[in-house]
Amino acid sequence: MSGDHTGTDAAIAAQVRHVEALLEERGLVDPKELDRAMEAFLAKANPDNGARLVARAWLDPAFHHRLLTDASTALTEIGLSMGGGLQEQRLKVVANTPTTHNVIVCTLCSCYPVALLGPSPTWYKSEAYRSRVVRDPRSVLAEFDFHLPPTTTITVWDANAETRFMVIPQRPKNTDNLDEHALANLVTRNGLIGVAPL
Amino acid sequence: MSRINDVGGMHGFPPIEREIEEPPFHADWEAHVFALNRALIGRGVYNLDEFRDAVERLPPQEFLASSYYERWFRALSTLLVEKGVCTAEELTGA
Repeated sequence: MSGDHTGTDAAIAAQVRHVEALLEERGLVDPKELDRAMEAFLAKANPDNGARLVARAWLDPAFHHRLLTDASTALTEIGLSMGGGLQEQRLKVVANTPTTHNVIVCTLCSCYPVALLGPSPTWYKSEAYRSRVVRDPRSVLAEFDFHLPPTTTITVWDANAETRFMVIPQRPKNTDNLDEHALANLVTRNGLIGVAPL
Repeated sequence: MSRINDVGGMHGFPPIEREIEEPPFHADWEAHVFALNRALIGRGVYNLDEFRDAVERLPPQEFLASSYYERWFRALSTLLVEKGVCTAEELTGA
C-alpha cells in the first residue's frame, strides 16, 4: 500500500466501500447479511453481560468460586458465552478485595472481553494506556480519578489472543437490600476493566 | 525482536485521553471494516492470528500514523492480496 493512510475520512470511507463492493462481487460478503450480523452483535455484546455475572457472583458464593476457577464454564450458567468476539476465547475472572485491586490491559494490541463488555473504548486501545498501565498503574488510575491507598496491591492482567480477563469490583457498601437486577445496575464497564470504583 | 505494537512498559507516552459517552464507532466506515473483518474470518478467508500478524507487521511509520480501524483496514487489504482474493491493483481500483 502506498502512503495514502493520512487521507481524509471521506477518502478512507470510499476505499472501504470499494473493497466491500469487490468482495460482494466475489461472493464473499453480502451487505445485508453484514448489517444484520453487526446489529445482532452490538445488541448482544455489551457491559450488561459482565454486570450480570458480577451481580450473581456477589449474591452466590458458590457461583463466585466457579467464576474465579473456571469462568468459561460458569458464564454458560447464565446463558452467556465468549463467542461474541471473532472467535471463542478463554476467560479468566479476577476479584478485587479490600487490599488487592486488579486492572486489565492488552499491551500488544486490543484484546478485550468483547462478548461481556461490548466494543472497547478508544483509550483502552491507546498506546498511552497500554504502555503505562503495566509500569505505573497507580498513576494511570489517578488519571481516571481513582485513587487507591498505597497499601493496596495492584495486579495488572495482560490479555492475549487466547485469554481475556474481567474484574469483579468490590460490592458497594449499603447494598444488602438490593436484588440481583438492582446490583447489576451498579456495575459499570470501567469497573469491570478495573479503572473505576463502583 | 519486538514489533511496533509491543508498547508494554515503554516510556514517553502522554496521559490518557478519554472521550465521554464514546460511541462504538466514530464513522460508518469503521463499522463496515469491523463487519467485513468478522465476515472474512467467519468464512475462513484468514484467521484471527493471521489478522493480528497483518496489523502488527504494517510498516512502523504507517502503523503509527493510522487510526485503530485504519490499521484494521490496511491489514485486511494486505491479507486479501496475500490470500489471492484480489490483486493489489483491484484493491486500489487502479
